[in-house]
Amino acid sequence: MRSIIKTSFAAAVAAAIASTASAELTGELKIISDMSNPAPRAVMEGMVADFQAMNPDLDIELTIVDREAWKTQIRNALGANPPDVVNWYAANRMRPYVDAGLFADISDLWAEEQFAALESTKGAMTLDDKQWGVPYTYYQWGVYYRKDIFEELGLSEPTTWEEELANCQAILDSGRKCYTIGTKFLWTAGGWFDYINSRTNGYDFHMQLARGEVEWTDERVRQTFANWRQLIDMGAFIDDHQTYSWQEALPFMLNGEAASYLMGNFAVAAMREGGLTDDQLDFYQFPKINPDVDYAEDAPTDTFHIASGAENMDNAKAFLRFVTSADNQSKINAGDALGQLPVNSEASISDDKFLQEGFEMLSSNASGGIMQFFDRDFDAEMASVGMEGLQEFMVFPDNLDDILMRLEETRARIYQ
Amino acid sequence: MFPTPIAKRSRTAQIGYQAFLPVALIVWLLPLIAVALFSIKPDADFTNGNYWGWPSSFEGFTNYGRVFFESNMPRYLLNSLLITIPTMVGAVALSAMAGFALGIYKFRGNLLLFFIFIAGNFVPFQILMVPVRDLTISLGMYDTIIGLVLFHVAFQTGFCTLFMRNFIRALPYSLVEAARVEGVAEWRIFLYVILPLMKPALAALAVLIFTFIWNDYFWAVVLTQGPGAQPVTAGITEFNSQFRAAYHLMSAGSIVAALPPVVMFFLMQKHFIAGLTLGAVK
Amino acid sequence: MATAPIVPDRHPPATRGWYKRNEIALTPWLFLAPAMLFFAVYVIVPIGQSFWISFHEWDGLGEKTWVGMANYDRLLGIGEQNIDRKFEVSFWNNLRWLILYLLAIPLGLFIALFLNQTVTGIRLYKSLFFFPFVISQVVVGLVFSWFYLPREGLLNAILGLVGAGPINVLGDPDMATYGIIAAGLWPQTAYCMILYLTGLNSVDPEQVEAARLDGAKGWRMLCYVILPQLKPATFIAFVVTIIGALRSFDLISVMTNGGPFGSTRVLSFYMFEESLSEFGFRMGYGAAIAVVLFFIMLFFIAYFLWSMYRDERGAR
Repeated sequence: MRSIIKTSFAAAVAAAIASTASAELTGELKIISDMSNPAPRAVMEGMVADFQAMNPDLDIELTIVDREAWKTQIRNALGANPPDVVNWYAANRMRPYVDAGLFADISDLWAEEQFAALESTKGAMTLDDKQWGVPYTYYQWGVYYRKDIFEELGLSEPTTWEEELANCQAILDSGRKCYTIGTKFLWTAGGWFDYINSRTNGYDFHMQLARGEVEWTDERVRQTFANWRQLIDMGAFIDDHQTYSWQEALPFMLNGEAASYLMGNFAVAAMREGGLTDDQLDFYQFPKINPDVDYAEDAPTDTFHIASGAENMDNAKAFLRFVTSADNQSKINAGDALGQLPVNSEASISDDKFLQEGFEMLSSNASGGIMQFFDRDFDAEMASVGMEGLQEFMVFPDNLDDILMRLEETRARIYQ
Repeated sequence: MFPTPIAKRSRTAQIGYQAFLPVALIVWLLPLIAVALFSIKPDADFTNGNYWGWPSSFEGFTNYGRVFFESNMPRYLLNSLLITIPTMVGAVALSAMAGFALGIYKFRGNLLLFFIFIAGNFVPFQILMVPVRDLTISLGMYDTIIGLVLFHVAFQTGFCTLFMRNFIRALPYSLVEAARVEGVAEWRIFLYVILPLMKPALAALAVLIFTFIWNDYFWAVVLTQGPGAQPVTAGITEFNSQFRAAYHLMSAGSIVAALPPVVMFFLMQKHFIAGLTLGAVK
Repeated sequence: MATAPIVPDRHPPATRGWYKRNEIALTPWLFLAPAMLFFAVYVIVPIGQSFWISFHEWDGLGEKTWVGMANYDRLLGIGEQNIDRKFEVSFWNNLRWLILYLLAIPLGLFIALFLNQTVTGIRLYKSLFFFPFVISQVVVGLVFSWFYLPREGLLNAILGLVGAGPINVLGDPDMATYGIIAAGLWPQTAYCMILYLTGLNSVDPEQVEAARLDGAKGWRMLCYVILPQLKPATFIAFVVTIIGALRSFDLISVMTNGGPFGSTRVLSFYMFEESLSEFGFRMGYGAAIAVVLFFIMLFFIAYFLWSMYRDERGAR
């Protein structure tokens, strides 16, 4: 008994030293990551290599799994014989694992001095007043558009809903569609709802709806759909979008059949790869609808978590400190790495024009609040029923009453 | 023979029939021919909207080359083989033994057991999904080839036992009696009397199981993840997300994934059809 | 378990051990043991477990909570609540699958009759007509979803030639399920065709000739002479088609993922979605759906087993 106390005391001391003087770690560290696309994969492998170099005696085991598959597989991985560190997403998306006690409470980590620089994302990592993980990157959403088409038609970036509608009409008159979108996998429609709802009713209302505190049949929700419907009735979206994935919808923008795309910043890489130059491609913040409502922005945060059953808790925490450190944040979010935004306020931001613009927007023009995205803010079941309803609305707007009734039934059952 | 042999019909009917055959075949295989055509087209044809015209250049080697050298496809194909072949051996062995027991011996519960095997084989396998997944996880075999193989062997045993038992039933029982009179041990009767006679059934079943398991998608999705253990049917979706909207590469990938059972079928046609149609004639 | 040996025991008992004495009674159980073990662990027990899970609320992570019949009440709309709409859609789609999938039987018979000739190369034709069946359903699904693509697909290219279309088969909730069933019918028809080709091979030529002499031909010949002889083939075609229809999952998953807006769900897909998909954490509810599907299937299984039982009795 005595020796156990002794060793655990020694470990605690070692951990304390590790956080301050970064003494070298020993033992094991098992990580499962979902950063499987080429660029993120290189980043993840690079991070592990750096961490290894700092701690040559540490035995690190990294497994990278397919990002889409991970969404359903994480629950198996966290079950029996869990790894120490895993990737996941912020906000309500953590809920099932927090409730099941599979994520470790790391509030103590957040209480450390170093984490003050992560203050802006703390809310997204908090459930039940505790923190359950750390962010490593985030990215802005907004309207990516074909600058050359806008110039050809003499249009400028809209800032109000009226301008947005007028622009769209001009684009339609030129024989193009205003927006490309692929809703086969539903979530893309969630982006449109997030923006129109938060611009119509404000961030607080949007989050109340996400928490199930407002009825879907509420008049304010209907107003959101009425605004959305203006675009649908104009024929602003490409046809047959329910058949396409977001990638399959890209060619419409690439070959000029559609002028813009409401998307996350990760789409930029795909658009550049598809042949669009920075002269042809530009970005604007989703315009205001209700002038009295502050801008709120979708900026999904990707995260690391420690499994509650982790065998190497101290090593895992050290890794999380390393991931969020300013140096590492600058490095992994650089234009030639992830090409996204760092979560640490002391980190430097890539000079990529979209990242600069996005960072500017999020830090000075998103006073309403930061949304994590429809499928992360809403309860899982609500999100899946909800996004299906949104897709149906985009194809058959006349079904709105039925859709809202269905969503309300689901809300009433889930949030009892 | 029915219908009336075409040879007994008029000359025009014969020529008409012969001419219509290839047309019917092309219509029947049209979706597949379309994919084959896609798979040899260059990228440019798709950006230019030339979907159905003649390929502007032949890019078959490039496209198939990329499938083999720039993706996880070879790994998935290997996994498929590593899953399919042990399953084939295991299921055939287990069911040959079970079929022997049910086909040769009379004992109480024989028919009941036989029917349980059949019924289990007809069950909608979704009902097994969650428990089998939990079992596999708790055995530490989630996302391993062995985990998938064990389940497949168990589930295919139902169908195979039905097949084997009926086949053994049709063998002359007097052979067994004669052997017993000679004092041959029961397990030797199985090994040296029955098994040699079962060769056609073993071959037929092996080919069938190969095709069934190779083409399984549902269990691959439920019990595995990622290129470590996933077979090609599940891997093709990851392949497609890698080459999203590149129809020429996705087509080439699909053809590669579909090919092994097709080859198997053309090589072993006789056994394959014998297996499928067992019981279709009296 | 003890049964009378079939062959009277004529050997002197004294020199033999216990196993030897009971060899004939024991052997079948030894031979059955591995298959029974596997089958029990992976098939029989899980069925029971699924029943058990269906009475619980369980997210697959934490503890199960007993909820009695609540999952079934919600599924079927018993009590205060409305019937689960997704379940309703899935159920009707399952019926559509069941009925339309059976078209594979007459279609297969039709093609078999067409190909049942002896011209040069007919063997190759038969193989080529059959081989869609050996292609995995995933690939069939992909092939057909590209065939149906609203802009690039061959279907619309053909419709365009005759001045019709374009139609977006998989994007239209009224058409999507039928589009998927059509894709499923392709390999299934091939399967039924091969069953009938084999059946036609063994049709008694004397009976056919006799009927011809009596002046029977064409349709009447088919109905009164040929079809009765094809009964075993028809039975198997029926069995495999029903099972195939109720198991439909791969095609839906690949072609539409249940969409657009859930219009192509069937029970098996809905069950998977509720339990294991990205947003599915409702194992109990998923299990309840599986149990309902099981009972639908049980109806057919009972019928199949009953016909086989009759045959067994007849054979003895």
